[in-house]
Amino acid sequence: MSRELSPTQLAVERLARPRPAPGIWSGNMVAVLERGWQAIKTQNWGIIISGFFEPVLYLLAMGWGLGALVGEVEGPGGAKVSYAAYIAPAMLATSAMNGAIYDSTMNVFFKLNFGKLYQAMLQTSLGPLDVALGEIMLALFRGLLYAVAFLAVMAALGLATSWWALLMVPAAVLIAFGFAAVGMGVTSFAQRFQQLDLIMFAMLPMFLFSATLYPISVYPSAVQLFIQALPLWHGVELMRHLAVGHLTWATLGHATYFTAMTALGLWVTTVRMRKLFLR
Amino acid sequence: MGGGQANATRQESVSCAPYAAVVTSEELVIRARGLTKAYGDFVAVDGIDFDVRRGESFGLLGPNGAGKSTTMRMIGGTLGRTAGELSVVGLDPETQGPQVRAHLGVVPQQDNLDDDLKVRENLIMYGRYFGLPRSYLVPKSAELLEFAQLTDKASARVDDLSGGMKRRLTIARGLVNEPEVLLLDEPTTGLDPQARHTLWDRLFRLKEAGVTLIVTTHFMDEAEQLCDRLIVIDKGTIMAEGSPAQLIRQYSTREVLELRFGSQRNAQVVAQLEGLAERIEVLPDRILLYSADGEATLERVSGAGLHPVTSLVRRSSLEDVFLRLTGRTLVD
Amino acid sequence: MTDIDVSRLAASGRAGEPTELAGRARRFGVWYYAETSLRSMRAYLWTVVAVGVGQPLFYLVALGVGLGALVSANGQTVDGVSYLVFVAPAVMVATIVAAASGELTYPVMAGFRWRRTYYGPAATPVTPAQISLGHLLAVTLRFVAQAIVFWLFMLAFGATSSPWSWLTVPIAALSAVAFGAPLQAYAATLKRDGMAFNFVQRFIVMPMMLFSGTYFPLSTMPTYLQWIGWISPVWHGTQLARWASYGLREPAWLVVVHVLVLVTMAVVGAALSCRFYTRRLTR
Repeated sequence: MSRELSPTQLAVERLARPRPAPGIWSGNMVAVLERGWQAIKTQNWGIIISGFFEPVLYLLAMGWGLGALVGEVEGPGGAKVSYAAYIAPAMLATSAMNGAIYDSTMNVFFKLNFGKLYQAMLQTSLGPLDVALGEIMLALFRGLLYAVAFLAVMAALGLATSWWALLMVPAAVLIAFGFAAVGMGVTSFAQRFQQLDLIMFAMLPMFLFSATLYPISVYPSAVQLFIQALPLWHGVELMRHLAVGHLTWATLGHATYFTAMTALGLWVTTVRMRKLFLR
Repeated sequence: MGGGQANATRQESVSCAPYAAVVTSEELVIRARGLTKAYGDFVAVDGIDFDVRRGESFGLLGPNGAGKSTTMRMIGGTLGRTAGELSVVGLDPETQGPQVRAHLGVVPQQDNLDDDLKVRENLIMYGRYFGLPRSYLVPKSAELLEFAQLTDKASARVDDLSGGMKRRLTIARGLVNEPEVLLLDEPTTGLDPQARHTLWDRLFRLKEAGVTLIVTTHFMDEAEQLCDRLIVIDKGTIMAEGSPAQLIRQYSTREVLELRFGSQRNAQVVAQLEGLAERIEVLPDRILLYSADGEATLERVSGAGLHPVTSLVRRSSLEDVFLRLTGRTLVD
Repeated sequence: MTDIDVSRLAASGRAGEPTELAGRARRFGVWYYAETSLRSMRAYLWTVVAVGVGQPLFYLVALGVGLGALVSANGQTVDGVSYLVFVAPAVMVATIVAAASGELTYPVMAGFRWRRTYYGPAATPVTPAQISLGHLLAVTLRFVAQAIVFWLFMLAFGATSSPWSWLTVPIAALSAVAFGAPLQAYAATLKRDGMAFNFVQRFIVMPMMLFSGTYFPLSTMPTYLQWIGWISPVWHGTQLARWASYGLREPAWLVVVHVLVLVTMAVVGAALSCRFYTRRLTR
């Protein structure tokens, strides 16, 4: 086996080796990430940076403006916190959710049906699973950047009162991962754009009712149970615990919820991969 | 991107050595048996059989909607099949998609270049999808730009290229992995005549270099220019198979006389034309008379006292083959 | 194919004289395009309905009832009324202006570039200015419908008591046009993709929604931020809507100013839009 292989022969050789899911996965997700990075470089940076302003503006407007009306609120463990400190972690969880859902539903669906990028990628030795995972990773990377920036703002405003707050960054990525994986799975069932519009629209009540702006104790207990089954509530609670360093078994429970959600979403996505890409 | 761009503009034409055949020594690059694709009740490809040998230039000729593009996508493994067998470079594209595509260059019907990247980046990034290293891709992209006559457009935006340039870039991109088989779906549809000829010249050189070409087209002249052998497809089934010359010999005469009498009269004069040629086809706008000598036929028509508004003698083409086989014209 | 009587197809005499057709287009062209536009809205009718019904319901429950409970637990009323009454007309204006930012950005880009739906009508006697106004008219009808639904929800929630509260419907629609018409004009100038709309969304719409006195009175913000409200159609619309909905004590001259600002923005925006459409479609 001493023959000299050209780069193209090596590439062919590598794909001939056994690997899991050989019909849909080539093990070259890195190329998808590289492309994302290349595209960002030639794009307007303003658009990337602007994504960070949304949660910050929300925090400023609601935290201070509304805070003047609301006063202090009961935080995790029953301690009174300012309204800004109460909603800041919720804003971070919500922005992680919104970004991930948008990227994995509208964005992916648009590229699949109208954009030509995925079509071009799938003409090469990339498999659909490489493309899907690469797309999720890119969304998570963006989420990571926003989370770091948001946490810096929180710290500057004195809203993060514990070193545990640093864990809000990986927590944001975990929340985004869960939503992105499920979003991608849901997209595989979508036939038309309008159906995804409705998914985006369903995010609104989830945002409004998941203890983001006020505690769920104002609801009857049946409604509370329903909200507690929804993912965003777990994300908000997880963030709130970390922000003040109030860690309990419940904190771990919330994190587990998202781990399970991620696993489920990835499983559905993998199973539906052919339906999603090879139609 | 690293610092490897300095030498990217060096003057080098694409290597004309035969592209290395790696996998097997077997002669068949593609083997299809009973290949079928159905969408519900609609059967796009209906149990077709064909073989493509290494190094040949193979055509799929048929009207829009005949099932050509569907067949192409099944070959690339980006579309599953409903039934039948399909082997590409000895592998099943459905279960070994990535590995199969590593051997293929795909040029889709509609250009799908990456608008977010510059021209050269398009080539390099596409090569990365094959897992090729940049050290290979940087000089390779320069060669391909030269081949596609786009060297001076290397840093242009894709949006700013003309239709012909985009097409050449798409073809150059399909060559980035030095494929054994190049799939070309309607390569010159929508291009002006000059751009078509430039493109045919490039494809012809690839053929000379030993690349297996698989071309779908609904243009006769294209099939006659590019294909050693072709299958005529209509409604998902194969109507005939052979070289362009063979097919014309088998299904048509040497020459064709085209007559126009005006839309009202065409139908009336047919009876009088009966017996003046080997075969007569009546189309809505004109009448075709098939014979070995078109001029002689025209004289006989005048002799019968018929004076068409226009008349034209031409060589038989694949268009006539298709008309004979299906009773319909190819482009409508 | 040969069965068609081509001479009858070419001139049956039923279509009417060209001058007559041109005259009809001159008079009703705006409505003709509005009709086209409304029909194309049927493609996403269910989204429009879901948004139209869902938004008032969700916002009134969450803000009025949920958040309102926190505010009153803090012993606060705003402007002498409950938080629900205070926030309802404002959220009505804000959500309908938000709908304008959706309807008059991407669809305009689609009309010029992606789907090129403006170019067909532009080849008929209908003028580019009529196309521009027709599109605006169609979406305005949607805003009115949306505003009526919102107002009905306000009545159901007991969020408004004044007999004049129905005025919030035209006020909200006017606010949406005041913001939407200039936006439509801007969208008509864009040559490349819709990236610019992300900027509009994040740097104009978002801040406008948050700092226009919707969720808390403008006066609770520091003075150096209050200018955002003064130039915001959402704030002017909101103040008018509160005045109509629960009798916000606003001096008469200020009410006039609110109306003037909104009408001026709408008229100037529509005029600019007509100009830009004409420039682009007759180029």
